[in-house]
Amino acid sequence: MTEAYGDAVTAPFWAAAGQELLLQRCDSCGAHQFYPRPFCLACDHDGLSWTPASGTGVIYSRTEVRVKVRPELVPPYTVAVVALAEGPRMTTLVVGDDGEPGPTCEIGDAVEVAWMPRTDAPPLPVFRRSA
Amino acid sequence: MTRTVWDRHGVHIAGVAETALGEVHGQTELSMFAAAAREALSEAGMTLRDVDGLFVNYMGEEGTVQVGEYLGVTAPRYVDSTDIGGAAFEAFVHHAMLAVAEGRCEVALIGYASRQRTRRARSVGGGAVDTDSLAAQFQSPYGLPAPIGHYAMMAARHMHQYGTTPEQLAEVAVAARSWARLNLKAWSRDPLTVEQALAGRMISTPLRRSDCCLVTDGGAAVVVTTAERARDARKPSVRVLGAGESQTHWHLASMPDMTVTAGAVSAREAFGMAGITAADVDVLQPYDSFTITVLLALEDLGFCAKGEGGAFVADGRLAPGGALPAMTSGGGLSYNHPGALGALLLVEAVRQVRGEAGDRQVPGAEIAVAHGVGGYNSTASTVVLAR
Ligand SMILES: [Zn+2]
Repeated sequence: MTEAYGDAVTAPFWAAAGQELLLQRCDSCGAHQFYPRPFCLACDHDGLSWTPASGTGVIYSRTEVRVKVRPELVPPYTVAVVALAEGPRMTTLVVGDDGEPGPTCEIGDAVEVAWMPRTDAPPLPVFRRSA
Repeated sequence: MTRTVWDRHGVHIAGVAETALGEVHGQTELSMFAAAAREALSEAGMTLRDVDGLFVNYMGEEGTVQVGEYLGVTAPRYVDSTDIGGAAFEAFVHHAMLAVAEGRCEVALIGYASRQRTRRARSVGGGAVDTDSLAAQFQSPYGLPAPIGHYAMMAARHMHQYGTTPEQLAEVAVAARSWARLNLKAWSRDPLTVEQALAGRMISTPLRRSDCCLVTDGGAAVVVTTAERARDARKPSVRVLGAGESQTHWHLASMPDMTVTAGAVSAREAFGMAGITAADVDVLQPYDSFTITVLLALEDLGFCAKGEGGAFVADGRLAPGGALPAMTSGGGLSYNHPGALGALLLVEAVRQVRGEAGDRQVPGAEIAVAHGVGGYNSTASTVVLAR
């Protein structure tokens, strides 16, 4: 890719995708946030630093999808909102140890980040149940 | 009391009408809306010539402009195309109420029409997304069906946190259907039991077919005006006692709490302005896009405590003869859902307060609440009406 994926504010997140899950951390109050913004949602401070997240979290909610939504995703598969250990929530896919979507999970399950390769975009952060 | 403030201003709904409903052929959205607008204005003892405020969205680009031209309302003094989805119409009443009270317009026409069913305009993909958008980067790659997957996650969280059951969600659908059986205009009028609802096809756990609203053609028109102008109405006009609106999120992961909606704020504002509490409400028109939407609204509007919505709807409390008659037209679940239900909720609320709802009339209904919801349970607006 010649042009950075994402937008002016999110590009660093995508540049690290596949290697590290980056979150913005406030230089003043220490709050983490996602998705990226140019200011701290918690305290309104301007200074934020990109920091590697632990990559762990718990399932906040989830749904098993039984209908076709995207050509590359064969139902049933589970979409979840994960509460990251650092606080922010992310929408994501639940994958198995083979990296493929499909497995179910329960709210409260511990999960860790994995990366799903894409042909036209940087790897997509997805989550699998922690061992 | 705050109520006397608004009684002094005296803002009324003086006319309402549905568009053609169901599967509409031989008409366009514009011609459907024109017919409903003229009918609502006729109830109000007015014509299109009287309209000086226009509150419309989702009928073509630029909100009110194309509809205004079509209707011949070419020099309105006040126009509003607030874009908060199904909640826009109760918000329009809020805005029209303020505009009319301040003399910025005198006859406000609110409404909408859609042929989403005959046009086959709905899909679960949630529409095309701009590839640079935040949704395209952080949400749509995950294949969450829209809007149902969003509501499914809220339902799953509510079940986890409060022990809400699929049977309790089904009770909402059953209540809507029992009302629809009393409404000849309702799309789905076959009997429905909790068992039948639970046997339906699962779409996005825990939501099944019966938890989802209809996809039909339809729409409505509503006329808001001063007490003085409402005196010439052919039917009893209905007082607007209060209104409120709010919003929470767009991306699902940004919803502050999946069990609390913008209705908590919109109802606090509307009920506060009206000087009422949930206990004063005789008939409720909640936005039943999904069964869980109703459950969350019941809690956020204060009809029961947070987490108790499931137990609250058991035993037919919302159904005909129940303690809180709700979705009395049959709602979006069984009567009609044209993509944005809010205008139809206002029509039914007005008819109940006028006492003209026929077989489904709630005896002695004096105070009605219409509660709109939009987006992915992102927005809410609440209107309190009284005889
Ligand atoms: Zn901060």
